[in-house]
Amino acid sequence: MKQKFDIIESFCVPLPIDNIDTDQIIPARFLKATTRDEKFFGDNLFCDWRYDADGSPKAGFVLNDPRYGGCILAAGANFGSGSSREHAAWAIAGYGFRAVIASSFADIHKQNELNNFVLPVEVSEDFLRELHASIAANPLTKVRIDVPAETVTNLATGRSERFPISGYKKYCLMNALDDIDYLLEQKDKIEAFEKAR
Amino acid sequence: MNTLFDKIWDAHVVSDLPDGPQQVYIDRLYCHEVTSPQAFDGLRARGIRCLRPERIYCMPDHNTPTHDQDKPIEDPVSKAQVDALERNAREFGLTYYGMMSPDNGIIHVVGPEKGLSLPGMTIVCGDSHTSTHGAMGAVAFGIGTSEVEMVLASQCILQKKPKTMSIRIEGELGKGVTAKDLALYLMMKLTTSGATGYFVEYRGSAVRALSMEGRLTLSNLSIEMGARGGFIAPDETTFAYLKGREYAPKGEEWDKAVAWWKTLQSGPDAVFDREVVFDAADVPPMITYGTNPGMGMPIDGRIPADANPKALAYMGFEAGQRLIGHPVDYVFLGACTNGRIEDFRAFASLVRGRHKAPDVTAWLVPGSWAVKRQIEAEGLDKELAAAGFEIRQPGCSACLAMNDDKFPSGKYAVSTSNRNFEGRQGPGSRTLLASPLVAAAAAVTGKVTDPREFK
Repeated sequence: MKQKFDIIESFCVPLPIDNIDTDQIIPARFLKATTRDEKFFGDNLFCDWRYDADGSPKAGFVLNDPRYGGCILAAGANFGSGSSREHAAWAIAGYGFRAVIASSFADIHKQNELNNFVLPVEVSEDFLRELHASIAANPLTKVRIDVPAETVTNLATGRSERFPISGYKKYCLMNALDDIDYLLEQKDKIEAFEKAR
Repeated sequence: MNTLFDKIWDAHVVSDLPDGPQQVYIDRLYCHEVTSPQAFDGLRARGIRCLRPERIYCMPDHNTPTHDQDKPIEDPVSKAQVDALERNAREFGLTYYGMMSPDNGIIHVVGPEKGLSLPGMTIVCGDSHTSTHGAMGAVAFGIGTSEVEMVLASQCILQKKPKTMSIRIEGELGKGVTAKDLALYLMMKLTTSGATGYFVEYRGSAVRALSMEGRLTLSNLSIEMGARGGFIAPDETTFAYLKGREYAPKGEEWDKAVAWWKTLQSGPDAVFDREVVFDAADVPPMITYGTNPGMGMPIDGRIPADANPKALAYMGFEAGQRLIGHPVDYVFLGACTNGRIEDFRAFASLVRGRHKAPDVTAWLVPGSWAVKRQIEAEGLDKELAAAGFEIRQPGCSACLAMNDDKFPSGKYAVSTSNRNFEGRQGPGSRTLLASPLVAAAAAVTGKVTDPREFK
């Protein structure tokens, strides 16, 4: 799960829908697992859009469409709204996605992605519209995400944008460090804070 | 600057990371069974204990059945998850309110009613509706499981400070209009992502006039506008609610606490990153027609012409359609949104002198055992039983249908819960979010009905 980020170049799976909530990413009935089994969650990513009630794949859904693949999910606006369930990020990671491109993200889900080494790449609506047009014209459209340079590029059109990421998170992603590693080193500061209250 | 949010947040900052988030101290962590087991596994894998176990309270609520709680949970997977929480609480020395404990209930109902959630605190839980506790004048927000692990381990979290937003509602809410309608109205106006990136302070005379139950409902739904959280500055209503509660300060400590709580106000010179103002008189009884909580409308209105086609196809509705008179199969009263005593009083007040419609299945689920006891003390259970309604045992229930309380595919449910997402209340189920009064009106008529028609 912890993996170092540098430059990702990949095809994209297009899901140009706004307000995709975490109940769609992973329905509540899959939240009963008590372990972080990414394969289980990945197998059930977008379950109710992806499978019929009898478990057979729905032909119209993009994850079942052999034309599309890659480790980048290209969504719409307000990706990951609703429930705080981190299982949604586990499902995205478990499926094999390393980045999600959207024009905006819900706050809690964005943090959950970052904590699971899935990179939320926030782009302008215009960039996203053009990217979806590129993918529609050619499913083999590639995107390059350069974490050190903080840029995302549609390689079909050459259009490039900077995406927001804090220096701290960038350092964590590039070195495969998580927040808990950091916090556990802060015990003296925490105790000093408690004494000073 | 100088908003109440700034004051509470800044007083909890332990350190600033260069070009990064802030390390924020957390006064209270609540854990339920769904979003915590992997966090406890993380502690075990690292071989560490909780830094401040006395600040952490655990209770199962999502998987609990709403009947026969004295017997083992039938679904073995649900049972395993509930058992895991109990085991983890014992292993790490945390307070645990198990099923059938008189203290059990939905975390966001139990925390305020026990006085565990207090003004000026920072409160987190692996649950997006943690914003509920903002009604107490606390900075409360939902977090992911990795963040639960951070707080278990260090009593701190790393967070970027959100922007501040003032939502001011002036004037008086009309007849038949509740805090739930106000929240659904705000979502309709601001959309489901309108407050993303912000922490909301609800202000104005209409907010001041709300009871604590109403404030808890309003704060609860902050997340449905995308807000990081939403809260209300404490006042005499807050203090009167808290006085004498189990974990509220007592005696001299109480007086000191109230003196401090009175200072918890945004300054007259406070500058918010965004400010919006609404007139309470404009808020009607509301209902949702679509598949996110922002897809709402006045109950007597028509579905907007530009409504999302995917959502309408799922719901079986058409643009321009009126919902008044539309048949209703199920009614759900409960959840952390509307599972408190005032919600049951409102529901019962409309039912009084009437009977449940024969074709409606109604699930009335108190938010906690304390709410259930109060319902019984007031005789509402007998009154509702005579009208054909049964009061079930407490839990999250059909709000997200992790227990057996699921609505069947294609059926219409008027629900006082918080989300109408596709499949939220059972695969294929169709949810119309509304207030307890609208739910009661649907329960007695069997169709979507304007509660203002009832005396």
